[in-house]
Amino acid sequence: MNTSNTSASLNVSVWRGTSDGGEFRSYQVPVQSNQTVLDVVTWIQQRIDNTLSYRFACRVGMCGSCAMTVNGEPRWTCRTHVNNVTENATLEIAPLRNLPVIKDLTTNMDPFFDKWIKAGGVHEPSALRNDPMVPVNPESKARKVASEGVECINCAVCYSACDTVAANPDYLGPAALQRAWTLVNDVKHNGKNTVLSAVSESGGCHNCHSHGSCTRYCPVELNPMKAVAGLKKSTVLSLLRS
Amino acid sequence: MIKPGRSNPLWLAFVLHRLSGVVLALFLPLHFYVLSLALTSPAALDNFLAFSDLFVVKVAETLLVLLLAVHLFGGLRLMAMEWLPWTDRQKSLAAASVALGAGVACMFFLKVI
Repeated sequence: MNTSNTSASLNVSVWRGTSDGGEFRSYQVPVQSNQTVLDVVTWIQQRIDNTLSYRFACRVGMCGSCAMTVNGEPRWTCRTHVNNVTENATLEIAPLRNLPVIKDLTTNMDPFFDKWIKAGGVHEPSALRNDPMVPVNPESKARKVASEGVECINCAVCYSACDTVAANPDYLGPAALQRAWTLVNDVKHNGKNTVLSAVSESGGCHNCHSHGSCTRYCPVELNPMKAVAGLKKSTVLSLLRS
Repeated sequence: MIKPGRSNPLWLAFVLHRLSGVVLALFLPLHFYVLSLALTSPAALDNFLAFSDLFVVKVAETLLVLLLAVHLFGGLRLMAMEWLPWTDRQKSLAAASVALGAGVACMFFLKVI
C-alpha cells in the first residue's frame, strides 16, 4: 500500500456482527493515493478496532479468500481499488451474500464447497498411475471448453451475486456448475455421466434463470452462464440418448 | 442486510420475461372465456366487442400484445442461448428481443386505431 497520506478521509461503513445479526458501524479511514478495499479493511483492523474479523491470504487475486460485498456488489477486495468503487467518498463493506456469516466480514464457505462435491466436482481419473499417459490436444474443442473454466479461484463472488441461490438455497450455484462443465469436457475425467446426473437433480443446472450476474461479477472474467447453458444442453441430449 | 447486485441487463430481461409470463397466464383464461361467449351468449359477446372499440381498451390490448411479443422473442433468445452455439452478445440479444416486441406492438397499435 502506498502510505503517502492525504488530509482527506473515507467514510467507511463496515458490517459488524455474527449469524445472530449485526449492524453497520462507521469508520474514518485516511485516503491513500493507491488503495484497495482490502487495504481499507486492514487499516481499520490494525489502527481502529482489532476485533474486526475478515479473511484474506495472497493479496494478489489468486487465492479467492478476500471477497466481500462492496457498495452492494460482490468483489475481490484485494484487487478492487477504492477510487473505482467509492461514491461521494463513502464505502459500505459487508460480508458476501448467500453464505452464513461467522463474524463481521467472514463467511462460512462450507455450503459453497459442499456444492462442488455435490455437483460431481471431484476428479475421477480415467487411468491408473502406471498406465501410459494419454496425450491431450490443447487445440481440441473439448479441451478449449474445459480450459475456459479452470482459472476459477473459488472466491464465491458468483455465488454471492446469484439471485437463484438467494431464492433456492439448494441450487448448486454458478461455480460448482462451471466446475462440473469443466469435468464433462475433460477427457481425463472418467465420471462424465456421474456429473451429468448430479447436475440434473433438484437444485441443478436447470434451476438457472440466466440472470447473468455470475458472469457480470466474476473477477477473473470467466463465464459461468455459458457453462450452465452447456450443461443444460448436454443433460437433455444425454437423456434423449439414453 | 446486504443489497444484491442487480445492475445487469440480463437480470432485467429475466424480470420482464417472468412478469410478462404471469400477465399472459392471467390473460389467457379471460381470453378463452370471451371466445366462449360466441357459443353461450352472443349478445354479451357483442357488448364486449363494442367495449373493445374504446380507445383505452385498444391501448390496453397494445400493452398485452407488447407483453406477448416480448415474451415470445425473449423465450426464443433463451432457447437459442441454450441450444445454439454460444455467443457473448446476450445483452444485445435481450435488447433486440425487447425492440422486436415493441415493433410488433407498434404495428398492432397502428392497425387498430
